[in-house]
Amino acid sequence: MDYLLTEEQKMVRDLARQIAQEKISPVAAEYDEKEEFPWPIVKILGESDLFGVYIDEKYGGTGGGVFDLVLATEELSKACGGIALSLAATALGTFPIILFGSDAQKQKFLPDIAKGKKLAAFAITEPEAGSDAGSIKTQATKDGDTYILNGTKQWITNGGDAEVYVVIAMTDRKKGARGASAFIVEKGAPGFDFGKKEKKLGIRASSTRELIFTDCRIPKENLLGREGMGFIVAMKTFDSSRPGVAAQAIGIAQGALDHAVKYAHERKQFGQSISSFQGVQFMLADMATQVEAARALVYSVAKLVDSGSKDISKASAMSKLYASDVAMNVTTEAVQVFGGYGYMRDYPVEKYMRDAKITQIYEGTNQIQRGVIALGLIKESIKK
Amino acid sequence: MNIIVCIKQVPNTTDVRIDPETNTLVREGVESVVNPFDSYAIEEGIRLRERFGGKVTAISMGPPQAESSLREALSLGVDEAILVSDRAFAGSDTWATSYTLSMAIRKIAEYDMIICGKQASDGDTAQVGPGISTHLDIPQVTYVKKIEETNGKKAKVERMTEEGYEVLEVPLPCLITVVKEINEPRLPSLKGKMKAKSAEVKVWKASDLDCDPKSIGLDGSPTKVVKVFTPPAREKGKILEGDPKEKVDNLVDLLKGEIQ
Repeated sequence: MDYLLTEEQKMVRDLARQIAQEKISPVAAEYDEKEEFPWPIVKILGESDLFGVYIDEKYGGTGGGVFDLVLATEELSKACGGIALSLAATALGTFPIILFGSDAQKQKFLPDIAKGKKLAAFAITEPEAGSDAGSIKTQATKDGDTYILNGTKQWITNGGDAEVYVVIAMTDRKKGARGASAFIVEKGAPGFDFGKKEKKLGIRASSTRELIFTDCRIPKENLLGREGMGFIVAMKTFDSSRPGVAAQAIGIAQGALDHAVKYAHERKQFGQSISSFQGVQFMLADMATQVEAARALVYSVAKLVDSGSKDISKASAMSKLYASDVAMNVTTEAVQVFGGYGYMRDYPVEKYMRDAKITQIYEGTNQIQRGVIALGLIKESIKK
Repeated sequence: MNIIVCIKQVPNTTDVRIDPETNTLVREGVESVVNPFDSYAIEEGIRLRERFGGKVTAISMGPPQAESSLREALSLGVDEAILVSDRAFAGSDTWATSYTLSMAIRKIAEYDMIICGKQASDGDTAQVGPGISTHLDIPQVTYVKKIEETNGKKAKVERMTEEGYEVLEVPLPCLITVVKEINEPRLPSLKGKMKAKSAEVKVWKASDLDCDPKSIGLDGSPTKVVKVFTPPAREKGKILEGDPKEKVDNLVDLLKGEIQ
């Protein structure tokens, strides 16, 4: 479907597509098998300026917004959702700086991120605090001109490979929801270590590690916004970044769908292509319609976010919820279309199914997304 | 270094159509790409500029739609792009094409090296590069796989042969045609594409170039395409069995049979 993109948006999409087809597709299976971080691809993405599509020109980006990030992430994810994450998760770790950083902080961190010289990551989750983000235990204690961090963050995407981390920690436990703050922590800060690299079901080309803070000292200039704003930073960040996860999901879904349609045409049983059987046709039609509906929703939400609207939480949650559920369904059906071949690792679709699952879980489980949507509905209803 | 890169826009190989009257390719309305070998030429030109400083100019002879290939070259980093386009150039064979391009290069005047791709994926003659150097009366090296060094007055290059490669020293200005082994072409960057979008592509017509009207286009083409066809598939060979003596006897009999 034609979404009437502008010339600039088409450039972003076409360049991301070219990189996906020429550079990522040929190596996706290998990176997945070896669970290696795709540094050569990161270098290509950096040189292409795609890392900066949502960053202001003033800070070295190309001046686009969430919509451009969505276009790029979708195209890259068609080739590999795990490799695409090096860019998408960097965006998650960069939005806090864009939304709440001072000009000095933006000058310091954004240019290198825009060029892909430094990757970023966002750290709120802990072993005992997943959906219940409010119960994080990582502590940040003010000490003169520094803060001292203590605690552990878990399941951090780009953990260990990123240079720039935005960490949510408690500065005043007594204040409850108003007692957390957001900090920029750089790799190499004293007392900042990483746990082992996690072994995952999917997105294996992406790295996931624990962050371990042991009396980690950071300059007070690294506080984002003001003390007490930690959860606001997190929530506003997610509102902007969720369409990105949704984009990853529709890219994965589309990639699987493309493989399924092609296979259904080539595979012959009972003397004809299986794509001539209504049963298979109906499966493919449902898959394609779901992906298109998800895409239309994600694109609309991305444009809404870029418009500067303040009222984006519910829409953003809807885009992430729907696109990820579609991705899981479509990739599972794609494996089904491939039949026995779909189950074999020599064929590409099982990877798409493994990769899709995480989109229903991270950046807020789909259960949390439903909670956000419901609260939004109720709030709107009361206002009327 | 002042570098000129000659590029051609060619049809994407799957969509070829022939004009039944002139037996030449119908180019309009077909999806077009930069000739694959020319991508290597563009990349080498830019790398030379990165090493030695200077300027890279891309030129192309073609219909108006060839402008998009020149913009692609701009998005990769060439400094200037010139489209040589005129109805009068239509139907040119490689002689007329290389003449026309050489006239454009004469107009540019200042150059140290001209870089062409080995051959175009539509015509496959590999003649235009050598044709240009002949018209300009400058030395040429074809099938270059590496530019080892250059000091502005001469260049040391590796030229691919069937058995391996030769190392040649050539005075500048010269023309080289390049093969795929020479480099890995870069991808455009977004900023490059945005710059290319608003950049100016100069268009030079026949009258801008002082061309002899009898030397351009269909009239200036001593060769004519008589027929374009797919040759019949090579038939399967025969594999001879038996010990060497039997095989030789068998082969001699077969050859005698063929002669009769």
